[in-house]
Amino acid sequence: MTEVLDFKPAVTQAQDVLTIRDLKAYYVNDMFGVRREVRAVDGISLTVRRNEVYGIAGESSSGKTSLIKTLAGAIRPPMRVVDGSVNFSFGDTHIDVYAEPEKMKAARWQNLSYIMQGSMSVLNPVRRIKHAFNDFAFRHMGLDRRAFRQRVESHLQKLGLDPNVLEAFPHQLSGGMRQRVTIALATVCEPEFIIADEPTTALDVLVQQDVLGLLKEVQARLGSSVVFVTHDMSVHAAITDRLAIMYAGRLAEEGPTQAMFDNPQHPYTAHLIASLPRIGDVSTRKSLAGKPPSLANPPSGCRFHPRCPIAIDRCSKEVPEMLPSAIGGRVACFRAGEVAVK
Amino acid sequence: MFKVLRDLLRYNREFLFGSLLIAIILAVVVASYFAPYDEMMTYAVIPDMPPGSEYWLGTNSRGQDMFWQLAASMRNTLIFGIVVALISRVIAIAVGLISGYVGGKTDQAIMAFNDTLGALPNIPILLLLVFVLRDQMTWPVLALTAALLGWTHDSRLIRSVALSLRTREFTRHAAFSGMRTTQILLREHLPYVMPIVFFTTMNNLIWAIGLEVTLSILGFSDINRPTIGGMIYWANAHSAMVAGIWWWIAVPMVAVVMLFIGLFLLAMSVNEYIDPRSRLARMGA
Amino acid sequence: MNGFLIYVAKRFGQLVFVVVTGVTLAFLIAHFSPVDPVEQTLSLVTSFGATDPRSVEILRQSLRELYGTEGSLIEQYFLFWGRVLRGDFGPSLSAFPTPVMTIIGRALPWTIGLLTLATLIAWVVGNTLGAIAGYFRNSRAMKVVGLFVMALQPIPTYISGLTLLIIFGFLWPVLPISGGAQLNLEPGMTWAYISSVIQYGTLPALTLVLVGIGGWFISMRSLVSNIVTDDHVVYAELGGVPSRTVFSQYVARNAMLPQVTGLALSLGNVFGGAVIVEFIFNYPGIGKLMVAGIYAGDYSLVLGVTTFSVIAVAVAVFLIDITYPLIDPRVKLG
Repeated sequence: MTEVLDFKPAVTQAQDVLTIRDLKAYYVNDMFGVRREVRAVDGISLTVRRNEVYGIAGESSSGKTSLIKTLAGAIRPPMRVVDGSVNFSFGDTHIDVYAEPEKMKAARWQNLSYIMQGSMSVLNPVRRIKHAFNDFAFRHMGLDRRAFRQRVESHLQKLGLDPNVLEAFPHQLSGGMRQRVTIALATVCEPEFIIADEPTTALDVLVQQDVLGLLKEVQARLGSSVVFVTHDMSVHAAITDRLAIMYAGRLAEEGPTQAMFDNPQHPYTAHLIASLPRIGDVSTRKSLAGKPPSLANPPSGCRFHPRCPIAIDRCSKEVPEMLPSAIGGRVACFRAGEVAVK
Repeated sequence: MFKVLRDLLRYNREFLFGSLLIAIILAVVVASYFAPYDEMMTYAVIPDMPPGSEYWLGTNSRGQDMFWQLAASMRNTLIFGIVVALISRVIAIAVGLISGYVGGKTDQAIMAFNDTLGALPNIPILLLLVFVLRDQMTWPVLALTAALLGWTHDSRLIRSVALSLRTREFTRHAAFSGMRTTQILLREHLPYVMPIVFFTTMNNLIWAIGLEVTLSILGFSDINRPTIGGMIYWANAHSAMVAGIWWWIAVPMVAVVMLFIGLFLLAMSVNEYIDPRSRLARMGA
Repeated sequence: MNGFLIYVAKRFGQLVFVVVTGVTLAFLIAHFSPVDPVEQTLSLVTSFGATDPRSVEILRQSLRELYGTEGSLIEQYFLFWGRVLRGDFGPSLSAFPTPVMTIIGRALPWTIGLLTLATLIAWVVGNTLGAIAGYFRNSRAMKVVGLFVMALQPIPTYISGLTLLIIFGFLWPVLPISGGAQLNLEPGMTWAYISSVIQYGTLPALTLVLVGIGGWFISMRSLVSNIVTDDHVVYAELGGVPSRTVFSQYVARNAMLPQVTGLALSLGNVFGGAVIVEFIFNYPGIGKLMVAGIYAGDYSLVLGVTTFSVIAVAVAVFLIDITYPLIDPRVKLG
């Protein structure tokens, strides 16, 4: 089901919908004379191409939610963008998110939509579903009220939803229903770019399958790019084309999903994959020693070195750069490719 | 504790300003113990003198020095407020902790009683009591009555915290290790509700003092005992404004505004210190 | 619908509970007071000179019946309930023989009018300012407004009332400071009378509004600044929903619900009267009535007003409670 794209090193600029350059976003807490910085996103560069599902994986507090908040221009104090840039290209429109907030605002929902973590609470509890569609989508469609309503209803039907949900209040729907409604809401304007932040995390497994299928189907139909964030590696295996692994606010590895699962280059990637349960495998899953590092006070050198099974002296002193990897991606490790999944 | 105070004073302007106001008022209260004549005495000084170098805050038509009157009144009013706040705190903590800890039907019954008492309008009931008791309505009786009326809201707050503590691990540990219920409540749960207790104490103090002043202005307390409300009562009774003795009414008014703003600022800044959400909000962009 | 009925029944149970407690409390306070209303009234009457011992005895007997101080405690208690249910608190002493209920009826429109209007104005102004201050937290203008309102908040009613009285009664006498309307005017739907009522009501209402705004402002501002970070608001902003819609439909509307409950409660408390304000401005409402009753030693009036207030507040809160599910679609019925 998953289409694996071959990695082409020379991608033309026009194919990149999203370009992030050396992005740094910190929580800066200045209270009672003490200044604390939490480096949630600490120097990340990546690109997302047209018509691909780009996965971002990592443990909780690895900074993945901060990363996508930053790229969606959704950060609020005390979080700040300290350095770097985020650029979107929608056809002929090029937007520098942090330099052109007005352009960004105009593009929201028209070109860029969002499926948020905790979709249970993203719908206004005191308004009916139809009002959400009106508020988010009406002004982008250029239709009159009746035609708009018909468009929304047919869109819902395509996604297998009963148009009657429009008259419901959010609390009257089940969790799965609400998540499908938010997917419908995020796709009704047929945007080029969709950000999905843990859209299946709070759902039970069967509903999860359903929602993933729906998302994949809509993406394929619209040809949109999707950034899909989840800590669940099995979901990444099922849906993403390329995958980035985050650790402590930085990228550890990025590459074609299938190739990474077959041959992880970074020891942390290897660990994440090894901890997945497999059919027929009865051995106990290994867990990493130690805790995820504190982002307020990260370890020196490679941030993974205190937990890394193959760390060497150099790892604690120098910061490894993101360099091309053997499987056609990038990896930040001095001993890249020296681990393999058994 | 000491460090918290220092930080609050240094970085929180509201706290600094509030402490300053309260410090002034406390200084005045302390001064009341050094008054040159008995505070109940009338015609001790020349009446109707405007504020000046001899009488800092002037004198009133009853021949009392406004400064010493104010000092004694502030002391009496504060003592009243503190007594009410202390008694009602004890009730609120006891009811809140027990109701929250026991839970279930007992909790429901206690809360039903709590809400019923809270739903009764305070002022009419107090006035009825004042009416029937008349001269027996001395300030300790009034304080007790006010305390009995003024705990319901806070006990509900405390109970909601206690309810969440009930199912926590450490409560179970304490219970299994054979601690008595009173010990669990006092040693384990009380520290958790202390911030709320502190915050509500300020509000309760403001409410109690307001109540005392209200009743005194109406002449429903012992009018010979100097209080802030009593000062205003006498000023009204002598038509101070019409007679042009504005300082008679201005002094207690300014004093009570200082007291209330001081208490309010302290309550607010402490609440902010306790609640990290408002702290985040404070930082802004 | 069934759920709604259960909800109403539950609330009604609470109402009955509150009323019974309040009435019982009033009865007990009155009963166990060291003051005997009969003897007190007698001394009031005999001080005017009529001291024929036989007529005093007859009067004593009839007063006993009037005040229901005959028989055992239980008998008296049920007698009292009978009178409460009939709305009969006997004749007022200070305005003998006008029934207490009639006097309350005369004072009620003043209190309800003044307090309802003041409460509504304070609510609207306080919440609007609070919502704007919470949403545009970094606006300099709103910070100034906030500072101003916060400074007003802790100032007690009598201080604001007296200050207004001094300013508009002595320093710059432009508004009437005593009474409910001009005395020589015939009450009615005439323009002169209505404008007089408005003029006389301005200062008391302004006092109540000044005192009331702060509380609404502070709670609304903190509600809004919490809701602003709620998922559905962040989502709407990410969705490029126009700021005005986000503010009114996503932020303010959600913050409104607890504030509506608060408004309901304060409207319920309207029946308790505003003792201090009515006293300062000599306003002919329930609170003033109570104070006047106490000054005049009018036992039946004071007991009547107290009992009436307790019941009226409870009933008002009940009525408001049962309309609440219409406002909040999420309220759990049953």
